[in-house]
Amino acid sequence: MGLGGMREASLQRTGPLAPWRIRLLPWAPALTMAAMLGPVLAGLLGTLAPALGYMPALGGTGVGTAVFADLLAWPGLARAATLSAVVGLGATALSLAIVVLIVAGWSGTRTFAAVERALSPLLSVPHAAAAFGLAFLIAPSGWIARALSPWATGWEQPPDLLIVQDPAGLSLILGLVSKEVPFLMLMTLAAMTQARPAQSLTTARALGYARVNGWFKTVFPAVYRQIRLPVYAVLAYSMSVVDVAIILGPNTPPPLSVQVVKWMNDPDLALRFRAAAGALLQLGLVAAGLGLWRTLEVAAAFAGCRWTLRGGRGNRVAEAGLRLAALALAGVSALAVFAGLAGLLVWSFAGLWQFPDLLPQDLSLRNWDRHGPRLAAPVAETLLIGGLSTAIALLLTISCLEAEHRHGLRPGSRSLWLLYLPLIVPQVAFLAGFQTFALLSGLDGGRVPVVLAHVVFVLPYVFLSLSEPWRAWDVRQDTVARALGAGPDRVLWTVRLPMLLRPLLTAAAVGFAVSVGQYLPTLLVGAGRVRTLTTEAVALASGGDRRVIGVYALMQALAALAPYLLAIFLPRLLWRNRTGLRDG
Amino acid sequence: MIRTLAGGVAVLATLAVSAAAQAADPADWSAVLDEARGQTVYWNAWGGSNTVNDYIAWVGQEVQDRYGVTVEHVKLSDTAEAVSRVVAERAAGKDAGGAVDLIWINGENFAAMKEQGLLFGPWAEQVPNWQFVDPAENAAVTADFTIPTDGLEAPWGMAQIVFYHDTARVAEPPRSMPALLEWASANPGRFAFPQPPDFVGSTFLKQALLELAPDPAVLGRPVDEAAYAAATAPLWTFLDALTPNLWRGGQAYPQNGPRLLQLMADGEIDIALSFDPNEASNAIANGELQDSVRTYVLDGGTIGNASFVAIPYNANAAAGAMVVADFLMSPEAQARKQDPAVWGSGTILSMARLSAEDRALFDGIELGVATLSPAELGASLPEPHPSWMVRLEQDWIARFGVSE
Amino acid sequence: MVEAERGLRLEGVAIALGGQRLVALDTLIRPGETLTVMGPSGSGKSTLLAAITGTLAPAFTLSGRVRLDGVDITHMPTEARRVGILFQDELLFPHLSVGGNLAFGLRPHVRGRAERRARIEEALEAIGLAGFFDRDPATLSGGQRARVALMRMLLSEPCALLLDEAFSKLDATLRGQIRELVFDTARDQGLPVLQVTHDISDAEAAQGRQHLL
Repeated sequence: MGLGGMREASLQRTGPLAPWRIRLLPWAPALTMAAMLGPVLAGLLGTLAPALGYMPALGGTGVGTAVFADLLAWPGLARAATLSAVVGLGATALSLAIVVLIVAGWSGTRTFAAVERALSPLLSVPHAAAAFGLAFLIAPSGWIARALSPWATGWEQPPDLLIVQDPAGLSLILGLVSKEVPFLMLMTLAAMTQARPAQSLTTARALGYARVNGWFKTVFPAVYRQIRLPVYAVLAYSMSVVDVAIILGPNTPPPLSVQVVKWMNDPDLALRFRAAAGALLQLGLVAAGLGLWRTLEVAAAFAGCRWTLRGGRGNRVAEAGLRLAALALAGVSALAVFAGLAGLLVWSFAGLWQFPDLLPQDLSLRNWDRHGPRLAAPVAETLLIGGLSTAIALLLTISCLEAEHRHGLRPGSRSLWLLYLPLIVPQVAFLAGFQTFALLSGLDGGRVPVVLAHVVFVLPYVFLSLSEPWRAWDVRQDTVARALGAGPDRVLWTVRLPMLLRPLLTAAAVGFAVSVGQYLPTLLVGAGRVRTLTTEAVALASGGDRRVIGVYALMQALAALAPYLLAIFLPRLLWRNRTGLRDG
Repeated sequence: MIRTLAGGVAVLATLAVSAAAQAADPADWSAVLDEARGQTVYWNAWGGSNTVNDYIAWVGQEVQDRYGVTVEHVKLSDTAEAVSRVVAERAAGKDAGGAVDLIWINGENFAAMKEQGLLFGPWAEQVPNWQFVDPAENAAVTADFTIPTDGLEAPWGMAQIVFYHDTARVAEPPRSMPALLEWASANPGRFAFPQPPDFVGSTFLKQALLELAPDPAVLGRPVDEAAYAAATAPLWTFLDALTPNLWRGGQAYPQNGPRLLQLMADGEIDIALSFDPNEASNAIANGELQDSVRTYVLDGGTIGNASFVAIPYNANAAAGAMVVADFLMSPEAQARKQDPAVWGSGTILSMARLSAEDRALFDGIELGVATLSPAELGASLPEPHPSWMVRLEQDWIARFGVSE
Repeated sequence: MVEAERGLRLEGVAIALGGQRLVALDTLIRPGETLTVMGPSGSGKSTLLAAITGTLAPAFTLSGRVRLDGVDITHMPTEARRVGILFQDELLFPHLSVGGNLAFGLRPHVRGRAERRARIEEALEAIGLAGFFDRDPATLSGGQRARVALMRMLLSEPCALLLDEAFSKLDATLRGQIRELVFDTARDQGLPVLQVTHDISDAEAAQGRQHLL
């Protein structure tokens, strides 16, 4: 074969790249940390001052513990705090149990693939939209009761049953579980690809262990280590959630975080101090909840070791029950969200719709005609803010990961903790304080500070969802491309990013959905002037008209879902002739 | 540490504050109009009602066409959000160029902002359309929950508590608090009021207090302990008996007034209340409520008050905000507002002060199907002093709001 | 200017991990010559190649010098070294067509769309894949992929060739063909070749010196 004559005499070799590039990239991790942690720390300081009684604008100039005494004297405090703790721990334990049992009992099966497909779009449904849908579904005058009335129940008018907003917080827990199961599932699946469980499980089953039993003994410890931080984030979120708790949670008294927001919004300005102290208590409560969870982890690990050493093989019949129960729970929670959204869809076209009619008396476009024209501005604002904050988060994340790749700046496990900090510190604990700081720095009331505030919450999710596939990329591709003469930037742009298009788009979709769902940061930092679908939806929802809620919640869900669909279909379209990238 | 922080804060604040706000003087109205042209007024107003949102959108269009003022409706889920905003700005030393230009406000929120010196003015009694307002005829326009407005806020509508019921289920509704209690005991779970400190919920407490207190005269004065205990004892007895028979046995409460509308439409309750005499008619017209619902008032009369708009001390567009407020008090805007097909809220203008032509605007209005005529509505009862509301809310929360 | 020494020289090259020496080599591989480094897995064969390509992980310490045709490339960026490498996987870029993969390798001094396209078509013909320009690399057979990977590397005009178990995934028949193609081409073009393998038949096919780790 005539392959000669290719070699050129020129042996000229280019030197290192322009020095500024090399100097800029190593700063990316520090810059990223500052972007995420700066607002959190500033906000906490801004909350600490009024909690100690210092807020000159409202005449508080002394520093002391009087505000905490006032907080402790509030009669509902113990119940509100208990409720936060019980709901948080309950929702987290239940979500984790469902996810782990499903993965243990079904991974690798066709059923599992179906569950995975059903759950993943749920991730993008904003919490508030899911909660509204659920509330309509399970209320005594809701869709389920309507479907069964009066033929099965005999109810001609809805029964006076305390289902939504029950004092034990059960419907709130259900609402949280239906949103946290998809999140933990995604995190667990990511952890599984690293843990390579198939071999361990096959080995265990060959040794006579039943499927779930064997999974828990061989795979779970490694997987749990990977998903521990996401679990903590779920716990912290569930303990301090505001929007879902307003819709589904009890209100005599409400969970502590909701009460804190009520104090922040009370006409009696003196309650701002109590709100700050309550916010710090909320922070302490979350810290205590995490501590308790950690203790339970240690105890479970100890018990698990002894359980493993006993060598029991598990009971197949009992396991079949567990597997079915987990599947049923996951199915119910997914179905609840879908059915709730379907209910909102019907409401958005409804005229009068009385109990026990299963469908409205008349359907029309009236609600969409009425609100449609006013949707344009908030939709545009939502897309702009979501797009910008996601772009910034992607840029920072890619810079960090590329710095790690090129300069070996691999973050330790401690900085991973820092990454989760904005997800673990309750929003009520630092957002009001952050608002004050934003005002002081003149960064206030516009789109730019709102985008920056969104980045704080978008960045961790983008980082978490992109870092795994980024690190899993075969670095020999880099070696080959570089050996072919491509510099690191060219490799990044023409090889690595195109190959990682699917995870990039998925990370962007996750980040965008997070941005779409932000309520408190948008409201507080945007001075109410920055109006997104979510701030409009919550304001309009205060009127309680399900038709308006339906229109806005659906638009909100759609705004979050669209990028997901893009992330699924764009790679399929772009890579339709590239088998190697189609199923990634 | 905190001191150092505060020092830094003060320095930053000085830097952040731009040129001091131009002092718009309402006495020189043409100067105000000049200054207002081109301004954008961020009107912070509760956004939970479709009818109100539509009306505000119309106002925005009109002042844009007439005065070149742009209105941005900042939809709030709670008026206190706007108050918080101004407080945060004060805390940060942002004494000009604030984010809030106009607030729909009254009662406690006004009292709090007035007391903290967070309001711009006085201005309200110097704007041109104030000539059509007669405080002698309607005292509510200058006394917000008995607190003198002192020209710091301008009235833009009258509200009065009304009850509404589904005639298909309740033929003859209870027209006094004792009758309501008796009805609720016979029909447990079919009546609800919003959770205090929600505006409507707290007003229900005050309405009951006015009717049940041995000597209602004490309610007009700031609360004192002895009077409070004597005046409220019958109220607590009443609520102790009523609460177990409320919707959900008083273990959960609707969050606000409009939510009652949904509960009524869902058939979960048979009797509800509202601060908007036209709310039921509007909801029926919009297909949100069954047309068997009708409005009624209590035999002893119900509480009424005025809604106001105020301008924060650091508003960025005070001139524009005054122009909007003045337009809200114009006969044209008031007549449109009173039209049940638009909103159906009562006017704050004095018919006697209007020209015949303007009066005709009001005479032509047709009432909604579930709206009471002014005669049926009767004279409204005055609000108690706001200090009563604060105490009532605190005690209600301790007794019922955090119950087992 | 003194006539530069031709070939790949490893001058007292030693690689250590945490103070423990893994590999040490001092040799000159002349143009057209092949040195086969053999050793069990974990003996540091691939680490040696990483040192030569400049992709050694930061945990390793490298001492000594690597010279290629007289130029000290020890601290040069990978892309400037002109060292070609083939792995046991072909590592064709899955997002590019076959032609796109070759274009990635083709040096930029070949200018103009038409000229570059012509060079690539010519190269495809040389490896018996005429008309494959727009094909998805994932649809090629193992032997076709191996040939594309080789050609992609040659188009980048390397001055030395490294083979990292390059033939271990191919079946017996294909293996002989591809091996022959690679070593013949290297000899034709006068490339010094360093191959690491644990398979003695690779070493025999290379017909060069062997070094055991």
